[in-house]
Amino acid sequence: MTLTIDRSETAPQAGADKAKPRGGALDPFFEALCFACATLMLATLCWVLVSLLIGGWPAFHKFGVKFLFITSWNPVTEVYGAAGPVVGTLITSFMALVISLPIAFGVAVFLVEFCPAVLRRPIGTAVELLAGIPSIVYGMWGLFVLAPWFALHVQIPLLTMAKPGSLLEKLTSGIPNGANILTASIILAIMILPFTAAVLRDLMLTVPPQVRESAYGLGSSNMEVITKVSLPYIKRSAIGAVMLGLGRALGETMAVTFIIGNSHAFPKNLFDSGSTIASTIANEFSEATTEMHTSALILLGLVLFLITFAVLAMARALLGRPKVV
Amino acid sequence: MQSAALIARRKIGNGIFVAFCWLTAAIALASLAAILFSLVKEGAGGMTWHIFTMDTPASGSEGGLRNAIVGSIMMCVMAMFIAVIVGVLAGTWLAEYAGDSAYGKIVRFVNDVLLSAPSILIGLAISYLLVTHVFHHFSGVAGSVALAVLAAPVVIRTTEDVLKLQPPALREAGVALGSPLASTIRRILWRSAKTGILTGALLAFARISGETAPLLFTALNNQNFSWDMTKPMANLPSVIFQGGLSAFDDLRKLAWAGAMIIAFAVLAINIIARTLARENRQS
Repeated sequence: MTLTIDRSETAPQAGADKAKPRGGALDPFFEALCFACATLMLATLCWVLVSLLIGGWPAFHKFGVKFLFITSWNPVTEVYGAAGPVVGTLITSFMALVISLPIAFGVAVFLVEFCPAVLRRPIGTAVELLAGIPSIVYGMWGLFVLAPWFALHVQIPLLTMAKPGSLLEKLTSGIPNGANILTASIILAIMILPFTAAVLRDLMLTVPPQVRESAYGLGSSNMEVITKVSLPYIKRSAIGAVMLGLGRALGETMAVTFIIGNSHAFPKNLFDSGSTIASTIANEFSEATTEMHTSALILLGLVLFLITFAVLAMARALLGRPKVV
Repeated sequence: MQSAALIARRKIGNGIFVAFCWLTAAIALASLAAILFSLVKEGAGGMTWHIFTMDTPASGSEGGLRNAIVGSIMMCVMAMFIAVIVGVLAGTWLAEYAGDSAYGKIVRFVNDVLLSAPSILIGLAISYLLVTHVFHHFSGVAGSVALAVLAAPVVIRTTEDVLKLQPPALREAGVALGSPLASTIRRILWRSAKTGILTGALLAFARISGETAPLLFTALNNQNFSWDMTKPMANLPSVIFQGGLSAFDDLRKLAWAGAMIIAFAVLAINIIARTLARENRQS
């Protein structure tokens, strides 16, 4: 005996398998549109790189790799070298990191461990909000408040203290107007401080409470819990967060342009005025008249792009995807 | 004896550490308070009705920031218009269509790079495209496009994150109703992710409204009032930059007033965005 199944009842009606939901014809168009927009971002980044390459080519053709080592920047003789701005960029960013990192770390630990519960939200939010203040505001403050104060209370006393010919004199020589590499670094440090502190705090909050509590349970002090338990737990991401802060400092333009003094000479010491890549471009690009001048500025931009790209790629590899809010 | 000394040493070390943390928090808050304080002190002095009714003056004559405020708002609004359309669509592609594909990963990486790329380089590239090759002069449109490039990555990122948070059941519900994927996304997912997308757009808006560097070589500046976006356009950041570096006291005062307006506008937008995000999380 064979089992026969009557399929006529359940069989699809003619043509039903071809039925498509209404409006289905729009589907591929919508997907293509979304895809095009995503591709537009890729095209934008490629364009940034390509325009820097094309624009910088005449200068690269003329100076070659030596561009990085020439210390003069002279629109009159048309000799351009990146050494001054590149060193200025690296020094200010590095010093900003050295100044802000311990403070940011302290603030993050404070917010996670010691802050009274009532104040935790307000202070945390304040720190996050300050990370969003436009950099030009920091620049204004640096120029009109920090620089005069620094000149009056740090530079001039140091200058008068220094004996002629001493090491101190060499280090502090320069016009005591407060517009120098050190004050630029301080402003940068204040700027990246809220950002670094907020990211470090978020990272510290990811340490599981059980881990910290068991360390406290073993009799560890606050310091031991943080330096021997929390920090090792977030080490990798924390380095990424620091790199992200460094990336910000490297590309920061307005705050630095106000206060670094904008001299293209190779800086002799921290109290000397200098320039960064970004400040040089900001100051000169819309006023550059010769093709070589423009090209040299764009080539500087390419150098900055390569430096920040390397730092950001490293940060992303260590941190995973950074958060926006 | 030895253990007592050890405990004493650990206690002292810990005391120093705790004090250090309190001290750094105090330093950070004090320096940031100092900035806000000088901003209010110097800015409030320059805040008069002229700020909103008159255009930027030459030094020595009376003036305000009307042209700069209007120019900034126009450029930011146009930039947001572009950035939200491109950003939401691109974010949707990343969240709904890209999956784990290699191309999706590349676009995500590129977006993260653009998210933190120095704004001055974006300005250079857009200037090279629109000012040097398309319009042959500075224009408000070029400024808007540069700002849009800075805003779009933020919108893309938040849109993608928010869409990924939507429960799969919503998509299944749409499909079960026989709706095509495009309609499911537009009618169901976008609607349910509305607040999150709005938050991202506000954050992007806050980010670009204080941007200065890219505007220096795209929109430049304009002493006069103008609605024409194909011409150089006045904007607050440029006025602050030029006024701040000028040698005249009245222009500096104007710059402080402008800095205060920008700082508080940005703070306000950020606070609104955060409040929205929090309500969204609670509901």
